[in-house]
Amino acid sequence: MPIDTSIKSVLIIGSGPIVIGQACEFDYSGSQAARSLREEGIEVSLINSNPATIMTDQVTADHIYLKPLTVESLEEILQERQVDAVLPTMGGQTALNLAIEADKQGLWDKYNVRMIGVDVDAIDLAENRELFRKLMVEIGMGVAPSFIANSFLEGKSAAQKIGFPLVIRPSYTLGGTGGSFVMKAKDFDEALRRGLDASPSHEVLVEKAVLGWKEFELELLRDANDNVVIICTVENMDPMGIHTGDSITVAPAMTLSDTGYQQMRDDAIKMMRSLGNFAGGCNVQFAQNPDTEELIAIEINPRVSRSSALASKATGYPIAKIAAKLAIGYNLDELKNQITKTTSAYFEPTLDYVIVKMPRWNFEKFYGSDHTLGLQMKSVGEVMSIGRNFLEAIQKACQSQENNRMGLGADKKEWIRTSDILERLEKVSDDRIYRVKDALRLGVPINTVHKLTNIDLWFLKQIKLLVKTEERLLKFNVAEDIPYEFMLEVKRMGYSDGQIAWLLRIKEEEVAAYRKRLGIIRTYKMVDTCAAEFEAKTPYFYSTFDTENESIPSDNKKIIILGSGPNRIGQGIEFDYCCVHGVLAVKEAGYDAIMVNCNPETVSTDFDIADKLYFEPVYWEHLEEIIDLEKPEGVIVQLGGQTALKLSKKLKEKGIKIIGTEYEDMDLAEDRESFSDLLKEIGIPYPQYGAASDVDAALEISKSIPYPLLVRPSYVLGGQRMRIVINDDELERTALSIFKHMPDNNVLIDQFLERAKEAEIDAICDGDDVHIMGIMEHIEPAGIHSGDSSAMLPTYSLSEAVLEKMKEYTAQLAKALKIKGLINIQFAIKDEKVFVIEANPRGSRTTPFIAKAYKVPYLKIATLVMLGYKKLKDFEIVKNLDGFAIKVPIFSFEKFPNVDMNLGPEMKSTGEEIRFIKDLTDPYFRNLDSKRSMYLTR
Amino acid sequence: MIEDLPKATLLLEDGTLFIGKPAGKIGTTVGEICFNTGMTGYQEIFTDPSYYGQVLVATNVHVGNYGIKDAENESDSIKIAGLICRHFTNDYSRAQADRSIQEYFENEQLVGIQEVDTRAIVKHIRSKGAMNCIISSEISDVNTLKKKLAQVPSMDGLELASKVSTKEPYFLGNPASKWKIAVLDFGTKQNILNCFLERDCFLRVFPAKTTYSELKKWDPDGYFLSNGPGDPAPMNYAVDTIKQILKDAKPLFGICLGHQLLARAIGISTFKMHHGHRGINHPVKNIVMDHCEITSQNHGFGINPEDVIKYADQVKITHRNLNDESIEGIQLNAVPAFSVQYHPEASPGPHDSRYLFDQFIELLKNHSSN
Repeated sequence: MPIDTSIKSVLIIGSGPIVIGQACEFDYSGSQAARSLREEGIEVSLINSNPATIMTDQVTADHIYLKPLTVESLEEILQERQVDAVLPTMGGQTALNLAIEADKQGLWDKYNVRMIGVDVDAIDLAENRELFRKLMVEIGMGVAPSFIANSFLEGKSAAQKIGFPLVIRPSYTLGGTGGSFVMKAKDFDEALRRGLDASPSHEVLVEKAVLGWKEFELELLRDANDNVVIICTVENMDPMGIHTGDSITVAPAMTLSDTGYQQMRDDAIKMMRSLGNFAGGCNVQFAQNPDTEELIAIEINPRVSRSSALASKATGYPIAKIAAKLAIGYNLDELKNQITKTTSAYFEPTLDYVIVKMPRWNFEKFYGSDHTLGLQMKSVGEVMSIGRNFLEAIQKACQSQENNRMGLGADKKEWIRTSDILERLEKVSDDRIYRVKDALRLGVPINTVHKLTNIDLWFLKQIKLLVKTEERLLKFNVAEDIPYEFMLEVKRMGYSDGQIAWLLRIKEEEVAAYRKRLGIIRTYKMVDTCAAEFEAKTPYFYSTFDTENESIPSDNKKIIILGSGPNRIGQGIEFDYCCVHGVLAVKEAGYDAIMVNCNPETVSTDFDIADKLYFEPVYWEHLEEIIDLEKPEGVIVQLGGQTALKLSKKLKEKGIKIIGTEYEDMDLAEDRESFSDLLKEIGIPYPQYGAASDVDAALEISKSIPYPLLVRPSYVLGGQRMRIVINDDELERTALSIFKHMPDNNVLIDQFLERAKEAEIDAICDGDDVHIMGIMEHIEPAGIHSGDSSAMLPTYSLSEAVLEKMKEYTAQLAKALKIKGLINIQFAIKDEKVFVIEANPRGSRTTPFIAKAYKVPYLKIATLVMLGYKKLKDFEIVKNLDGFAIKVPIFSFEKFPNVDMNLGPEMKSTGEEIRFIKDLTDPYFRNLDSKRSMYLTR
Repeated sequence: MIEDLPKATLLLEDGTLFIGKPAGKIGTTVGEICFNTGMTGYQEIFTDPSYYGQVLVATNVHVGNYGIKDAENESDSIKIAGLICRHFTNDYSRAQADRSIQEYFENEQLVGIQEVDTRAIVKHIRSKGAMNCIISSEISDVNTLKKKLAQVPSMDGLELASKVSTKEPYFLGNPASKWKIAVLDFGTKQNILNCFLERDCFLRVFPAKTTYSELKKWDPDGYFLSNGPGDPAPMNYAVDTIKQILKDAKPLFGICLGHQLLARAIGISTFKMHHGHRGINHPVKNIVMDHCEITSQNHGFGINPEDVIKYADQVKITHRNLNDESIEGIQLNAVPAFSVQYHPEASPGPHDSRYLFDQFIELLKNHSSN
């Protein structure tokens, strides 16, 4: 069937704030769907409460509603606007649940709105564990034996019938919330109680645990004519037992025969068809018994999901874009492959590379939390890497993580005690892959590692190849001793120059220089959906060390924009928003925009955003070779958070132009000591401070600065390990712990301004003029990390004099730091006196919030200014905000039972929401404000 | 370590040279180069008789990961003439596997090359077309290789089916089955035969050059024309047989080479494609049923679309390729006969098209009730 012309206006529901289990992949799918529908001339309205998203930007949709995701909000929209259909499959479980709730209340019927892309019965079937299980049995699919329980008693009797180990899966929850494995009877009661509590319907499934079975996922697309294709098959390297969101996954499947795969394909299609007759995307998970190859259906998600975002980036096939077109009536055979432009969208992508997805955890942010991985997803972000073999891909994934690893081991971070390592193989945490390598390196037999981890032998044998390679590398003393062929082989296995250097105990630069002299440099290959069978025009590349380079630089002037790597607490989706606008502005200024990033959840890495996309680690060795090839006019580091900023020193050393503010000036702002000197010089007050390189020095400093003190390591993100201490004892303990865990760091000690107010300014400076984008006042007092504070825009309790001072200091600082582009300044206000706490010479977490609240395209303006293409006076900036906007932090604490939920100087929130209020009598605000006084009296 | 292996050389007919490392047996082999884009099913591909005389490029970067399981062979031996791959992965993992890929290649005396830029090779074939090539892990002198390569005949006009066909007729299945099918073996895959056996058929598999009168002696309920290697143009022996089968008006089903031969029997010409279709992701639309299927394909020749239109009174198009609009299936108007260019038995590949075997059984039923 061709497009349904009765649909002229569609409402897309977003997924709300970022929480663990539901991250910015839904911004990616929602924006893609919106663009796909607008391409067809359909008017798109969008509701989402998350201001950091691209989907809620004017560039994406016609009508944007930054409202709470409630049925009331939906009704307001429907009253205001004629909507023909609602597309609820792009916003994760949140959007689906809201659409179902609205349906139950009869909202869609009342306003004559059709639900497209899914049907409610299908969602119900997929989400209700018992219905799903019955359906699977009915269609002849294997399932693990299980019983549904709606009470404690029912749960107990189920466990008796099934035996241990077993799984408790609560119905209707996100990312496995409340679910757990129970190995022994004594742990069952507590686990059951938690599961029943977590489910909104107080329902759990008690299921036999198929621990250690291999786990696979298939991504399907189906049209209204029941044509089905499999877009991607993903193999979980971590087998059953670890949530797929916390598993390292690989595509294509590495250990699956055609017979095994085709059975899965048949079953997946059968399962999808059994759910009902909807057009759109669907994800199916299977467990396979490694000995008998027997299959069990684990679950089915009849919507676009985290894994479909990954599948899109892995294959090049834009699932959300096509799914949106299917929802409005197109059939797959009526659409073109978006990458080749000539072949059909009805086909199954084939890969001539390997991708590895590696989750990014942030356990250090959650004190007291259980670090063990299991049924419940705990990672906060992920990276994807692409290579021409598994080892290259997995080492690139390690390099993308930004946790100071140079690859999969061989980087002085290895563990050396076999007993510790073996323990960690069983008690799975965020470091398991490194421990697997450590174990093999120390000579633990592959079979033992296999028994402890259940990781398929194929992966273990591959990792063992690294061990053998390193043993050989250790025999060399200088880089020049390594023969050409061996060096090529080593680089093809994904080793960074840094790892080779560590093994030889020489300098990284020596390895880099030597291998480049040998002509061993990266070549780039295209991601084209079809393994080169057809010519493709897509500008989507990854690096490897193969013969032919396919990335031919254009003759145009180019700018590289650095992305922010994996999402983590303190650095998330906001920077994707910044990067997308950066890319668009760079194009507008007449350059080719080249994007470099490794986060598959992002819009900035969509195939049709930048002129060229390098899906690569934001890691110097990789970036340097992209620069060598592309020879850009400059690199933008201001939009990719701290990740991008960190690389500016290397850029400077290499003589590459940094667009906007110069390296020296950024460094001046970043370096606590020189920054304080600057503040002193230009007469801006700041809290007293000192830097200590050992505990004695820290105690010495405390003599000159009165307690309470704010203690933290230098150079960290999101206030990691930051503490407020009130006496020598606490100071000693905190400082000791920092030196122990982060030995390369200094300890910074600041005077803590008790009972102070906190405020921040985001501004743009073009070298001459300074424009204040917004002044936000934190509702919580100083001492709570700014990322965890509710922020009011504009301010509500600060005096005119204070505001003037803040503006004055901002202008002074922007000029002193020779800012060209963005700056964020944090202030503390005590007794009408304004102190500058810190300045960030880059786009901040709050820039998207301000842009949305005032409806001003600030990131575009900032980028054009940075480029020197425009001056501030070229823009007529009109802020458009009636009342106030509040940025509300959102936490994912339910994923971490036992965690310390008290807020402090270390950031813990995973996402944010925007709320508009008319005035200060708003009850929501008054509630927040009353908590402020509570903090103050504590 | 790969480093420790000797060099291997791949030389294409147009002089393009790739240096890599050996895979399988150390030696020299020649054939027509072709590529397959499937991500699973290497073993089924290696043993598919349609690949006879061809050197296969695997686009999937790892080959050998799940070893070799003897029960999953498509014929009694390796049929490809050589293998070109990125990573020949001998460290396999599959509980049910019988042996490693290296052991299998050594047993079967197959020569291959790895550690070459397979993507660059595929792009080369895509633009320059199919051509002959030579792989050697024992000769590195390019001139010697060139001389050897020059002696290899072109696939165009080459009859190969009789070389892989069974030498003697044989029976397969339960004689008490409902249907008796005569299979003309031009290089059939095992799984095609299995698909018939699963549908209550008793098979007699005949050598490619069997005459119609010999086939008729067995008095089958229907006929099947198998897949196979080489050019259909020189296969007049088969075309004559098919012409006579058509006169008999019993149900007839053809796959791949069988499809091309059925077309030729009507008068439709065949041609050598630029670089063929080989993979398990080819989109085909059944225009009669208005439904799409993902198909397994492996062919370097096709039937001429203009001729199909010319013979519209005798034949209608049932299936088309959604990528390049090429003809994927035909059906005869007056006779219960049909054929497809792709492989509905899959193996490797999706099972979307197995309904065609059911369709053939329906034809048998209708025919017998008439």
